[in-house]
Amino acid sequence: MARAVTTRRKTINTIAAWAIGLLIFFPILWTILTSFKTEAQAINDPPLFFFFDWTLENYAIVQERSDYMRYLWNSVIIAGGSTLLGIVIGVPAAWSMAFVPSKRTKDILMWMLSTKMLPAVGVLYPIYLLFIKLGLLDTRFGLTIVLMLINLPIIIWMLYTYFKEIPGEILEAARMDGATLKEEILYILTPMAIPGIASTVLLNIILAWNEAFWTLNLTAAKAAPLTAFIASYSSPEGLFYAKLSAASTMAIAPILILGWFSQKQLVRGLTFGAVK
Amino acid sequence: MYLKNALCAATALTLISTTGAFAETLTIATVNNGDMIRMQGLTDDFTAKTGHTVEWVTLEENVLRQRVTQDIAAKGGQFDIMTIGMYETPIWAANEWLVSLEDLPASYDKDDILPAMRAGLSHSGNLYAAPFYGESSMIMYRTDLMEKAGVSMPDAPTWSDVEAAAKAMTDKDNEIYGVCLRGKAGWGENMAFITTVANSFGARWFDENWKPQLDTPEWKEAVSFYNNLLTSYGPPGASTNGFNENLALFQQGKCGMWIDATVAASFVTNPNDSTVADKVGFALAPNKEGVDKRANWLWAWALAIPAGTQKEAAAKQFIEWATSKDYIELVASKEGWANVPPGARTSLYENPEYQKVPFAKMTLESINAANPDSPTVQPVPYVGIQYVAIPEWAGIGTAAGQEFSAMVAGQQSVDEALAKAQANTAEEMEAAGY
Repeated sequence: MARAVTTRRKTINTIAAWAIGLLIFFPILWTILTSFKTEAQAINDPPLFFFFDWTLENYAIVQERSDYMRYLWNSVIIAGGSTLLGIVIGVPAAWSMAFVPSKRTKDILMWMLSTKMLPAVGVLYPIYLLFIKLGLLDTRFGLTIVLMLINLPIIIWMLYTYFKEIPGEILEAARMDGATLKEEILYILTPMAIPGIASTVLLNIILAWNEAFWTLNLTAAKAAPLTAFIASYSSPEGLFYAKLSAASTMAIAPILILGWFSQKQLVRGLTFGAVK
Repeated sequence: MYLKNALCAATALTLISTTGAFAETLTIATVNNGDMIRMQGLTDDFTAKTGHTVEWVTLEENVLRQRVTQDIAAKGGQFDIMTIGMYETPIWAANEWLVSLEDLPASYDKDDILPAMRAGLSHSGNLYAAPFYGESSMIMYRTDLMEKAGVSMPDAPTWSDVEAAAKAMTDKDNEIYGVCLRGKAGWGENMAFITTVANSFGARWFDENWKPQLDTPEWKEAVSFYNNLLTSYGPPGASTNGFNENLALFQQGKCGMWIDATVAASFVTNPNDSTVADKVGFALAPNKEGVDKRANWLWAWALAIPAGTQKEAAAKQFIEWATSKDYIELVASKEGWANVPPGARTSLYENPEYQKVPFAKMTLESINAANPDSPTVQPVPYVGIQYVAIPEWAGIGTAAGQEFSAMVAGQQSVDEALAKAQANTAEEMEAAGY
């Protein structure tokens, strides 16, 4: 009897999980479907679901009109670079807060998080002027630094939470055995926190990849990443939804594939330490 | 020996500088509209003629506006040419942000630019942006539905004609709506349309002392008419419909009439996208009986050079190329006359080939009927037909647009919307020191 209840509950849970999953995935699915329609089919009423003449025409047009690889390469460098730089700064910062906290550690953590509460547009003009002075406008380096700074509070917070789960005694034991600070962080702490670091890296790559405020405002022709590629297909005077969908699909495909393959790691990292 | 070396160095330097001047790379900011995309595809012709190459930064209209304003105000120097509209040109020219285009060569034939366009893109009599394409607004209507309903549309209708036709064609059970109009909030969305309706009812935004006039009977009559027309005979959810939404509805055969930009004519008559391509008629935008102004606007997407660019000469060459008569010929030879950028040059409308395009005549008449220097029957201190060419307008227009959109959605009455828009406008203008 008990077994039957469990199975029923399991079924309900599975159906609920699939329903929620599909609901969340639906806008992406719709974008992908629209990218294979003609412009007339894209605005058809009632909307066409699967039964239409699938076409690759939009992808061909987008390929012909834009240098996709250049945008992609900029996205890879900016998202990867900012995350890497953030981790290099975030690991020692999180280590010190987790293992040698001071009286003000909690305040510092809160202060760091509070920078995320400021609307980005509030600092757009100062940063824009600074970029002009430093010659960083429309450079991948400038954008990497800005995105790293924006995501740094999240990186430090996530790493801090993971590090807190690691027993300090293990690090103490390493110190007893004569490990230096560098060795302690590199050979003891980092390997133990790999799942946490991995999920931090993945989440930050996704955040940096999707970032559309700074990437649109601080770039023009040279450093523009995939967000600018999508924006260039949006039109207020003309119905180009199918082409816009094709451009969007091409822009999100790499990150979607990355997320798909690393979902185990991502879930494990995000729930790390949730159950004691 | 010394002399020889010096000569060699001088020759090398001259060569470098000549090559440098010859092969510039221009960065051009533009919008993703059909005519602009076509221009991007034809850039090779410009490169072949001048040696200069072009890098395009294509952005969505609102993003473009924000980006280029920010760049020009902060002197970021990101762009050598900017695609700007009729609203920005006189304001930016007054700020000395743009390079004058008065010295373009005689072969460019500046006098060929349609007078209304030239007036809207000039400041103190000098041209500061060259029109790439221009538009007005007009009525596009379904000839088959009109016939079925037993009504006809004169070439120069009044609002009463429009209302009667809308009523006769509306068949909500079959999802046919008599008229589709803009309802989506925004100074360039519903406010562009509502302002032209107000003009055609004899209303004006400001009196000669910059006092807002939204509390006048003319405004009340205009907005009440618009609200009644759209809510009685328009599609459901009209308060969120902008150009694209109405275009989709019209192409699917759900609108009896649509009053909007003349550039829409080439979309709705294109058989690849439109289900009603061969059933569309055109008429001038309407007016109220007795009011000598029609509800048609004037807009141009134009190319301008920001002051301070290092590549002014090459930028001028590009503008000369892209807005020339030769460019129009080039597009016509590759894509047909229906696809050339409209509304910029007089000679285009004198061309017998172009006169065969069904919407050519009505587009020209609509543009000619618009005068940005005198947008209303009463005197006004501002320039602009569907906008007021002052920097504060974007904020004022958008705030008013939200009130009118809420009105169409049924959230407030005409009086409430007008009172709020009047109060907000008065406050903004006072804060701006008018």
